[in-house]
Amino acid sequence: MKCWDPRIEEMPKEELQRMQYKLLKSLVYRLYSFSPFYHDRMKEQKVHPDDICKLSDVHKLPFMFKRDLRDNYPDKIFTATKDELVRYHVSSGTTGKPTVVGYTQNDLNNWTTSLARGLTSLGLGRGDVIQVSYGYGLFTGGLGMHYGAERIGATVLPASVGNTERQIELMQDLGATAIACTPSYLLHIGEVAEKMGVNIKKDTQLRTGILGAEPWTEGMRNRIQDWLGIRAYDIYGTSELSGPMFTECAEQKGFHIWSDIALVEIIDPKTGESLEAGEKGELTITVLQKEALPMIRYRIGDITTMEEGICACGRTHPRIQRIQGRVDDMLIIRGINVFPSHIEYALMAIPEVGEHFQIVVERKGALDDMLVRVELNKESFSDKINDIMKIRQKVEHRLKNSLNVNVDVELVEPGSLPRFEGKSKKVIDKRLM
Amino acid sequence: MDTKKYVIRQISIFSENRPGRLAAIAHALGEEKINILAFSIAEANGFGVVRALVDHPEKAHDKLLSMGFNIAFTDVIAVRMKDQPGGLYEVAKILGDSGINIEYSYAYSGKEGAVLILRVDLVEDAIKKIQNSGATLLERSVFH
Repeated sequence: MKCWDPRIEEMPKEELQRMQYKLLKSLVYRLYSFSPFYHDRMKEQKVHPDDICKLSDVHKLPFMFKRDLRDNYPDKIFTATKDELVRYHVSSGTTGKPTVVGYTQNDLNNWTTSLARGLTSLGLGRGDVIQVSYGYGLFTGGLGMHYGAERIGATVLPASVGNTERQIELMQDLGATAIACTPSYLLHIGEVAEKMGVNIKKDTQLRTGILGAEPWTEGMRNRIQDWLGIRAYDIYGTSELSGPMFTECAEQKGFHIWSDIALVEIIDPKTGESLEAGEKGELTITVLQKEALPMIRYRIGDITTMEEGICACGRTHPRIQRIQGRVDDMLIIRGINVFPSHIEYALMAIPEVGEHFQIVVERKGALDDMLVRVELNKESFSDKINDIMKIRQKVEHRLKNSLNVNVDVELVEPGSLPRFEGKSKKVIDKRLM
Repeated sequence: MDTKKYVIRQISIFSENRPGRLAAIAHALGEEKINILAFSIAEANGFGVVRALVDHPEKAHDKLLSMGFNIAFTDVIAVRMKDQPGGLYEVAKILGDSGINIEYSYAYSGKEGAVLILRVDLVEDAIKKIQNSGATLLERSVFH
């Protein structure tokens, strides 16, 4: 089957935009009337639902940020009652409070529909066995993918994460044709399989990977495809949008963002101005039909570009390209969000080292590896190797405690790290190179 | 006994473990016409400490500090060894028998025979024990 819902997926652009305008207009009216949060925000911005007269008037609406969710923990922004809520997911926050996302039945249906279209577009369907190796539970990956895969009539193998040898046995015994997991977990599976003497290319029926929840590159895609003999597709989503939501189609040319589900803008992160199609900027999404936790102009913080043209697959919906970075320098290390500002804060409290630092992130084997390079202060240098090792251990220990992730520290000579005027480039993310 | 004249000022320099660092140090000392009499490199994971006895330690210190290096003075002693089998044993035994710990050490072939440079935990005790045992300590003036 080429399309899950050809009427929508191949709808002419003008019709799609008319539909988006209607959905936006009713969303804005609903929130202005029923959501104190959005009502106040619109008042502050001096915008009334009557001012939204065409699709591009979305620019008049206020932005929403991650901090709005944290500030309103756990459910102060929800616009559904307990009667209407059917599920919660909670995203792990390493700093402050986590964020809670609630879903009505319609929210779950839209999420599942979005994935059903995506999975169909990359060639999966009835007869496929999809091994869902994202974590099941509070994290959105496992359950989201589970329902999407069931919807298209595939057989779900709800393997979750871990117990890798058993995963490989089941993959063989039950004939899994696709796996959904993080790219690093798939690499790990590949390595464990080799140790077990299992050649994924020859000894399994695996031919598709649906990989996401962390940044990866075209280089890694090529490596995975060559090594494991599968086609590897990127998937995009965050818990605020519902979960993993948008996939690439068989063309592998960016995620199709379904226009009836989300209105995408790419903006200049500094000025908030909208950018032209093809220009690189911050992804901003309005989820058009969300009931429990509405999202208007939500600034996810991911940097990408948008492609408006019709895809070679025939779908008319816009595509966004692979995520190219973060506005706030946030890094995802082994699934944990790390902000360079927290590293800076932790280092400031350690007198033996300077305040300049550099972060180098690499993927070593299947794992993300974070190295923090920091300058040893003149006063703390002693002739003794052991003393220097102790300083390094102290820095590693402090960083681990404040970031919740293992960090390697390298002490370097004072003045040797690059100094920057204005915005510094402290992060070298080799996973994105 | 005046032990001070046997205490030698070694310079220790923190260095990243990457190509060109030793060359940078050596070039700077050469430019200042500072002679390196003995030296060693201690290597740890990702960094190293370069230790040297030079004829003008103060000048070397100021020059390297001005270039941004982490540099410190450390007190060491120098013992003449017999340049023959068992020579090192004699010196090491004196210190071991006296409960003095050697933190690190390096040797060089001096003008009048082999010399062992020692960094010990108890400098004064070490000087006394070595002298009492009849071995020869080199005075600071030999170096600078």
